[in-house]
Amino acid sequence: MAFIELRNLQKSFGQTQVVRDFSLDIAQGEFVSLLGPSGCGKTTVLRMVAGFEPPSGGEIVIDGQDMTGVAANKRRIGMVFQSYALFPNLTVADNVGFGLKVAGVARAEARARIEEMLGLVGLAGFGARYPFQLSGGQQQRVALARAIAPRPRVLLLDEPLSALDAKIRVSLRSEIRAIQRELGITTLFVTHDQEEALSMSDRVVVMSAGRAEQVGPPHEIYNRPATRFVAEFIGSLNILSGKVVDAATGRVDTPAGPVTLGRALTLAAGAPVSLAIRPEALRLDAEGEVAFAVKVADSEFLGSVVRLRAVAPGATPLSVAQFNREGRALPAPGEAATLSVDARDIVVLDG
Amino acid sequence: MKAQRLVSWIIFAFGAAYFLLPLIGTVEFSLRARRGVYSLDAYRNVLSDPQFRDTLTYSFVLAILTIVLGVLIVAPTAFWVRLKLPALRPVVEFITLMPLVIPPIVIVFGYIRMYNTSSALPLLGSATGSDILLMCGYATLSLPYMYRAIDTGLRAIDVPTLTEAAQSLGAGWITILARVILPNILTAILSGAFLTFAIVIGEYVLAALLNRPAFGPYMVWMGSNKAYEPAALAVVAFAITWMAMGLIQLVSRFSKQTQARR
Ligand SMILES: Nc1ncnc2c1ncn2[C@@H]1O[C@H](COP(=O)(O)OP(=O)(O)OP(=O)(O)O)[C@@H](O)[C@H]1O
Ligand SMILES: [Mg+2]
Repeated sequence: MAFIELRNLQKSFGQTQVVRDFSLDIAQGEFVSLLGPSGCGKTTVLRMVAGFEPPSGGEIVIDGQDMTGVAANKRRIGMVFQSYALFPNLTVADNVGFGLKVAGVARAEARARIEEMLGLVGLAGFGARYPFQLSGGQQQRVALARAIAPRPRVLLLDEPLSALDAKIRVSLRSEIRAIQRELGITTLFVTHDQEEALSMSDRVVVMSAGRAEQVGPPHEIYNRPATRFVAEFIGSLNILSGKVVDAATGRVDTPAGPVTLGRALTLAAGAPVSLAIRPEALRLDAEGEVAFAVKVADSEFLGSVVRLRAVAPGATPLSVAQFNREGRALPAPGEAATLSVDARDIVVLDG
Repeated sequence: MKAQRLVSWIIFAFGAAYFLLPLIGTVEFSLRARRGVYSLDAYRNVLSDPQFRDTLTYSFVLAILTIVLGVLIVAPTAFWVRLKLPALRPVVEFITLMPLVIPPIVIVFGYIRMYNTSSALPLLGSATGSDILLMCGYATLSLPYMYRAIDTGLRAIDVPTLTEAAQSLGAGWITILARVILPNILTAILSGAFLTFAIVIGEYVLAALLNRPAFGPYMVWMGSNKAYEPAALAVVAFAITWMAMGLIQLVSRFSKQTQARR
């Protein structure tokens, strides 16, 4: 049975519905990210789990216990905020020990736990400092230590890294993940940064307009986007809009030429269809099952990766990303070339 | 440029004279208790008067109690309004302004009508009851200043997020107020407290009509019965008030420093 069950969560603020029919099961110890554009309701879902907002409908069950009507301070849920939200009047040690003191943990035990937590987040020896004497990254580590010190059942993080600069963001992200693994704490992580979500999570929930568009492991979200929204939101994509010619063999007519997928489509012949191809699935040779004759518009050398923009028939732009390999000649702008892709790397999107 | 500066100085001198001349006059007069020479006799008389000490102590204690009551009423209210009912803020702010509009005499007559010895709650029948009423009256009079001070303090911190952080760590409302909110608006509370202190020390109407031995009525009584002592008393009261103001300055400067470091 799932450790956290969200069943048909709804939330409206007045007339506007912000979260619709949001259902999600999270296993014990799992790290799940909510990913979506700004305003799609990620924070609202998190705040409902934390108990800061009452849902307008639906259920939240944690460890078999219905959370309806349970106050936020009784839920044993740790939370980390984007703005750190450290108590400015308390030292780092007192911040981390806040939850322990509230729970009435004996002083000696609390002190040991505080030391342990500060060690875990790499801030041993910082206990006597005040929050304003720390950098943003250090403050967020303290906030993490503070959230996990009372051994919560669930850890919620709302864009904890987005106020930090890029380098710290990347290092802290793997640290958070390592700590989460070590403690085995069930974690719900909110972000609008796809790289963050894909790199940290066991599973990613892509949200749009208050709905879960797709739930799955990162590679599945990336390689097999279920909807057009997910496909366009995650990574970059080449889209070919066409019409189904033969559903059984997967023949589709596109402006760039006919494509045969070699697998059955659920759409009827004549129905409009979009084919999505990741730039890194396109190859600079004719080895793939589906080939396009293109004219190269320009190429970019980015060190490890080479990017190519090409134009297929029907003025269809195609972008290609390939690892750089020495000795491979790149087509020059203006040259004609052949691009190809394996049929299984083509994702079919409705409409 | 130069003329402008001259004008500023003249205005400043005029303003300073406006405030200082009566003060200098009072100080000078208070020193003339002994014929022909300046002396501190009037001050000696005032400070050695047991009634001076009694009334000042009474008002002092009452001021402290009023401050505690004021903070207990205003801090949770302002906190709650900021957290849950931000739309009501202008309304609450307006209500807290009422004591500036309604004269204290109205409040005290209301008290006398409602709590006299033949009423359901005869607080005025006992000294302690009257003290409690007086304290409530003072808390009302200081409401505009206390509310403004505390609300300003709350604006400087992220009340909703800190509250939620504390909640997620298991804290209930009392813990949140006592350990998270109040310590972080301490300087604001202190400035509200000093203003309350100054009001209570100098207040006359409430204390006189409730017939309590406070410092305000004592000053007035002195004024109508002695010659030089009232002047000395005025100077002492003035000094006390200004000490309170000075403390506000000190505290707010101190807090600015900690904010700058933040
Ligand atoms: N208390 C509130 N009252 C009214 N509307 C709200 C409230 N909180 C959130 N909303 C609205 O709900 C929608 C979703 O907000 P939410 O904060 O969940 O978005 P989000 O996905 O976290 O976005 P972001 O990435 O910008 O943080 C927004 O349109 C927001 O304006
Ligand atoms: Mg958000």
